This record gives sequence, C-alpha cells and structure tokens, in this order.
Amino acid sequence: MAKITYIEHDGTEHVVDAKTGQSVMEGAIKHNIPGIDADCGGACACATCHVYVDPAWIAKTGEKSAMEESMLDFAEGVEDNSRLSCQIKVTDELDGLIVRMPESQH
Amino acid sequence: MIDPSAKVVIVGAGHAGGTAAALLRQYGFAGPITLLGAEPIPPYQRPPLSKAWLKGEADEDSLALKPLDFYAGQNIDLRMSVSVASISRALKAVTLAGGEVLTYDVLVLAMGARPRRLEIPGMDLAGVCELRTAADAETLKAVLKPGCRLAVVGGGYVGLEVAASARALRAEATVIELQSRVLARVASEPLSAFFEAYHRERGVAFELGVSVHEILGQDGRVTGVKLSDGRTLACDAALIGVGAVPNDEIARDAGLECSNGVVVDLEARTADPAVFAIGDVTHRPLPLYDRSFRLESVPNALEQAKQVACALTGRPAPAPEVPWFWSDQYDLKMQIAGLPFDGDSLLVRGDPANARFAVFHLKGDLIQAVEAVNAPPEFMAGRQLIGSRRPIVRERLADGAVSMKEVAA
Repeated sequence: MAKITYIEHDGTEHVVDAKTGQSVMEGAIKHNIPGIDADCGGACACATCHVYVDPAWIAKTGEKSAMEESMLDFAEGVEDNSRLSCQIKVTDELDGLIVRMPESQH
Repeated sequence: MIDPSAKVVIVGAGHAGGTAAALLRQYGFAGPITLLGAEPIPPYQRPPLSKAWLKGEADEDSLALKPLDFYAGQNIDLRMSVSVASISRALKAVTLAGGEVLTYDVLVLAMGARPRRLEIPGMDLAGVCELRTAADAETLKAVLKPGCRLAVVGGGYVGLEVAASARALRAEATVIELQSRVLARVASEPLSAFFEAYHRERGVAFELGVSVHEILGQDGRVTGVKLSDGRTLACDAALIGVGAVPNDEIARDAGLECSNGVVVDLEARTADPAVFAIGDVTHRPLPLYDRSFRLESVPNALEQAKQVACALTGRPAPAPEVPWFWSDQYDLKMQIAGLPFDGDSLLVRGDPANARFAVFHLKGDLIQAVEAVNAPPEFMAGRQLIGSRRPIVRERLADGAVSMKEVAA
C-alpha cells in the first residue's frame, strides 16, 4: 500500500491508497480520479495517462523505457518530469508520492 | 443537459457501459444509475483476455475496470447476470428476461457484440472455443496446456493473439484462414506478410485460402477439423475467431434505426432523444472519412462513453478522436491509427526485417491510416497528422533519417 496524491490541473487533490504491484495509473483509474484517461489500460500504447512527477520523487519512480520515452515524445505539454503513469509500479517506497495531471490527455 | 434527478438505465456492463456509469459520476451526475450486465462479473477489460490474462500474467483484479465496492460506493446500481428482453420507447421502460420492468428517463444501449458463429457441424463439441468473455477465456485457458494442438479458425487479431499466447504456453497452433493472407480484412499486405512470417518463425503453422467445413469429434470432444480441400487436421481444441456481430436486436425491435449496429450521431444519440448507444454495438459517423462505420475497439467505447457523459451533464462535446487500435503479439507492439479507407498508395517506413516499421496508407499526400510495429513515433505522429489532415512530403516520410517530428513539423 502507498498513499498517492493526484493533483488535477485545476489544483483539486485526491489522495488514494494504491495497492503495491498496481501501476500509478491503476491507482487513479480504480478510484475514478479525473485527469488520467488510460485508454489502453496500461499497454503503453496511447500516452493518455501522462503525469508530472513531483520533483522530490523523480529518482524513486525509476527510469523511463525507450518505448515510454518515444510515446511521451509526442504527448502534449511534456516536461522533464513527465511520465506515463502506467509505467510506474507502486511500491512501498512510493508512499507519499505526488503526481500532477496535465490539462488534457487528448 | 438532463434533469439532475433523471433516471439513467445503461444496458450492457462492458467497457462502454461501465465507463459511461463511472464518467457520469466523475462529471457530477447525481441521479440514479442502473447498470445492467449479462455477465456474472462487474465490468472488465477484454483486450487482455487473449494476451496477458491467457498467459497468466494478469489476474481478475487487474482486469476489473473498478473494484466491486466502487459501484455501491458511487450509488451505481450494478445488476449482473441480467438480460434485457425488450425496450418500450413509448413507456420509457425496459423489460428484463424475468419479466421485471425498469423505467428510464435516459437509456444508454451498450450491448456490445458477440462472436460470429460458423454454421458448420460440430460447433457444440467440447473443446470448441470462442473468445469474447472472461468465461470464454477461462475455458480456453483450461485447454491450452503444453502440447495441446490448437486449431485457430480465422486469421484476425483474436486468432493471431491467441496463437501467440498458445506458443508462450508451449501449445501447438495452426491458423486456418479463408483469405489468402492473415488480417486480410483489417490490415495491409506488408503487415500481413510480416505477421505471418513472425508467427511461422515461432512455430505457428498456417493454412491459408481454405475454410473449415466441419469440426470433427469423438465422444463429444473435438478431435480435428475438416478443411474445404478435403484434408483433415487433427487437433485437441479449436478457437473460432471469425469476427463479431452487434447485439442490436432489442434496439431493432424497438424501432430504432439499425444498420450493422445501432445508428448514432457524433454525440452517441439515436434518433430518439432519450436513447443513446455506445461501443461495439453502434454504427457511428466517422467525420474524418465522410462515412459511418461500426468500430470494435476500446478507444471507440471510451470516446462514446465520454460523449454520453458530456451530453448528459451539460459539458461541451469532446473533440472527435482519430480511431485507433492496438495489438500485442510476442514482443511486438502494434499500434494502428486511422482507417484504411480511400487510400491510393502504401508507403513503408523502416524495415520489416528488423521488426520495427510502419505502413502508411496515403490518399494523395494525406495519411489515412498508419500501421506501426514497434514504432511509437510513427504511430503518434501519424495519428496527429491524420487528425489534422495536414499533407506530408512522401520523400521525407519514406526517409528514416528524417525524424517523425520533422515529418510532422
């Protein structure tokens, strides 16, 4: 279990207990959090689960794969701390993670 | 926007119906929602059934769209194992198979599609499977033991994905396809050739240009298939994957216009203002291609669920999306954007021999569709260019040294 704070583009915060082994994307989808669409359900095929990882958490969320990198390359509003949340696995070390959502996933 | 206390009844608890219910709540709709599902389990994702789930890499929890307690928590009345017998638009009511009548202010039809059945002898033999539901997948998984000889009838996506999963489970697979190539209805020739070769290298056998005349059995169990050229192929199980037909009968009986699916507009409305339809069961406009079509895909189900939720909560209609699809087989990620309508030429970028390439369907200098294998930039940029209708320069698109960013610039 890890507490994850999802912050919508308008500042609305949602705190969720995400299960270890799930992805950060699933933590949002299973709790019906707005701002993450995840059209492909976690296949790294759509880039609609884009989040900005809080700078304090970047090292703990791990490295991007080449596939993720090239999908993100074409998403809107990408920054250095952009990730596809379906590619971040929830671990106990991520307890307290904060991610922010872009204005739109499409 | 509807009355906030309006009664919404959603018929069908698949990806489309389940998402519509969740989005209505997410967008602030507080009225009663009844979600009627024919299956005994809450809404779940179907795509993994032929892939990760079949290979044992995903469990039921990860398939579920939402945890079971979500529905009660969100005051969504999810009723499982129920089927709707009829709709009365005059009374604004649906009648369940058991006779119970539920009234609605807004009806959302999301009955999906079902596997097309082959009208040949032997379809009822044990070991003859189809793949649409979690229960189907359970049955298929039980027979796909190491050494099992699986006959895959139909060389479409379901058939190829199952063949790949069968090989991962150390079962034997033979794909039987009536057309001269696999994916004939849905993909370009270079893509078909690539997938056939890739599967052959991994031990899948192909019988192309033949059909199955009969499923043979002994003691009620499948033992083989009889082909149209007279040969018999021995097998221990058969998967029938020859397309799907929409479950639009109750809509048709209710006098709603149907044409290979329930006809809807770009907000997922039928001609009856109280009735919407979403997902695989719909025949919908495709503004980018000046026609209507029935799409079978998760992105389509999600797009239309969003259209309904926006329409009912007074949000502006979402921008139309470029249709897209994906498939995972072995270590291949295939992503397709657009539909190959009205193309006049094909352009291959990259080299199929490296298992990293994309086939562009062009109409003049416009991209109509792109089929990308392990090529996310081609898919992502292609999808954007299809949506924007921006012409491309063929020489630059064909030149792998010119990045897709530059092609799209």
